[in-house]
Amino acid sequence: MSSNELQGYKKTLNSPYTGIKGWIDSRLPLIRMMEAEYLKFPVPKSLNYFWSFGGIAMFCLIGLILTGIFLGFHYKPSADDAFDSVERIMRDVSFGWLIRYLHANLVSFFFIATFIHIFRALYFGSYKAPRELVYIFGLTMFMLMMATAFLGYTLPWGQMSYWGATVITNLFSAIPVVGDAILTLLLGDFTVGDSAVNRFYVLHWLLAFAIVGLVVFHVITLHMTGSNNPTGTEPQSWDETVSFHPYVTIKDLNATIFFFIILAFILFYYPNILGHSDNYIKANPMVTPAHIVPEWYFLPFYAILRAIPDKLGGVIAMFSSILALGLLPWLDTSKVRSCLFRPIWRYCVLLFAVNFLVLMYVGGKPAEGLYVLISRIGTAYWFLFIFVLAPLVGFLETPRQPLTITNYLQSKKA
Amino acid sequence: MSDSKKPRRDFIKLSAMTLGGVGAASLLIPFISSMNPGKDTLALASTEIDLSPLEEGQSLTVIWRGKPVFIKHRTKSEIESARNTSLEDLPDAEEDSARVQKDNWLVVLGVCTHLGCVPLGQKASDTKGDYGGWFCPCHGSHYDTSGRIRKGPAPTNLPVPPYIFLTDNRIKIG
Repeated sequence: MSSNELQGYKKTLNSPYTGIKGWIDSRLPLIRMMEAEYLKFPVPKSLNYFWSFGGIAMFCLIGLILTGIFLGFHYKPSADDAFDSVERIMRDVSFGWLIRYLHANLVSFFFIATFIHIFRALYFGSYKAPRELVYIFGLTMFMLMMATAFLGYTLPWGQMSYWGATVITNLFSAIPVVGDAILTLLLGDFTVGDSAVNRFYVLHWLLAFAIVGLVVFHVITLHMTGSNNPTGTEPQSWDETVSFHPYVTIKDLNATIFFFIILAFILFYYPNILGHSDNYIKANPMVTPAHIVPEWYFLPFYAILRAIPDKLGGVIAMFSSILALGLLPWLDTSKVRSCLFRPIWRYCVLLFAVNFLVLMYVGGKPAEGLYVLISRIGTAYWFLFIFVLAPLVGFLETPRQPLTITNYLQSKKA
Repeated sequence: MSDSKKPRRDFIKLSAMTLGGVGAASLLIPFISSMNPGKDTLALASTEIDLSPLEEGQSLTVIWRGKPVFIKHRTKSEIESARNTSLEDLPDAEEDSARVQKDNWLVVLGVCTHLGCVPLGQKASDTKGDYGGWFCPCHGSHYDTSGRIRKGPAPTNLPVPPYIFLTDNRIKIG
């Protein structure tokens, strides 16, 4: 490198700012990064409200971490103290009831936002090239979210906490030969108990921050490709984009406030509607509640677990249902991204969403009779959608010519 | 660096990396092993139980190693139905005689072999499943009067813990 080139290269690293801002930015280039990635960042101007749910999910995550910190000040992770310390938070700690109800209901709303966010990705083809890694990081976060939520649900040490933890940790005993040894290793005991609640608390924190770390990767990969949009076609010029600020910031804020108003309604009027009353009974290792149900957001996967009449098979089906979704970018053979222009695949995706809700319903019902049959059909469709329909429909259907962003907006006006 | 020295450099790099790798891997051992049950947990308490208050047809649940153990004073008909079951009907084939020390006393771990729930059937008012033994409410596993799995997702029979009869009416589990 000649000295001229070196000077030129160094110049590109110089901060565009002066004064204190310039002093900081030339040492820590965070300000110019934020400007490039969040203020001036171009996004397609055809985004609809489906695109607000990523931001909403992020606000939920921030809320969960903040409320979690304050709950952590009072919570005691031991089999003897856990239940009582949670009751103390509810009764004696100032605004403890509010912080705990917020934490518990924010999780549910985090999942609602995430489910819609994933549906958006499926319907508008956001998982397709070049956004495969955005999608994979997203699914990874989703799995960590489920693990974190499961660990968190065990902490109040009520009957549902205890038996939910017993059932889910016993999934590991399905592993041939070493299953029981792994289970004992994970629990630090032969049953879920004092040792388990202690480490579940630590892991609950650890995984929450692991999700924050993955959000960073999710956003970096997203900003390399830019946002997808309802047409699935990339912006052709600056005219087809708007800057992230103020257009997206205001729109997302609007959506977030509306979303949180619904949360507030549940929080203040029906704070326990998404929970289970049995969890207000202290854990009793001798008595299993008559009807164990996981939290509502696990129900579709619980239905898949129970649909397979074999222990190991059920566990494999449940875990692979999410892992298989990660193969979608490579299994979907269509050149067209958005379902707006895919006459057959559109109905496959919509049916997948309906199927998800049906599985959620049967997952909450006893595993008998018609419910088992429905859960088997639902499970079959889940895998059919990924492994058969995704490759096949790409060949079979004749997609419409996707509109450009400008034409799409004009056609919507007309 | 001349070419003749390259293999020597490669050898040094490779052996350094191998040694470092083995060292790092061995460092994992104490950490992973620390996750296992501690000595206090491992110190198995044995439990002694007096069976004399149990009438025929009654059951008792006791705690051993933090897990429930079902003790059932079986009736004649329960013993017979356990005895007369063909091994072909059993997903996890095991003779009833291999699971009891005395015909009228059945001692099994009260933990469903599916996902660890406690099956119903200990109380008179409980549902006992299709085979008159126990029924797991979590995922619908049915056990017979010998604690053997008959129907449902559980893969194996309820395990029999180690126990001895101290006297005719007294057993020691563990």
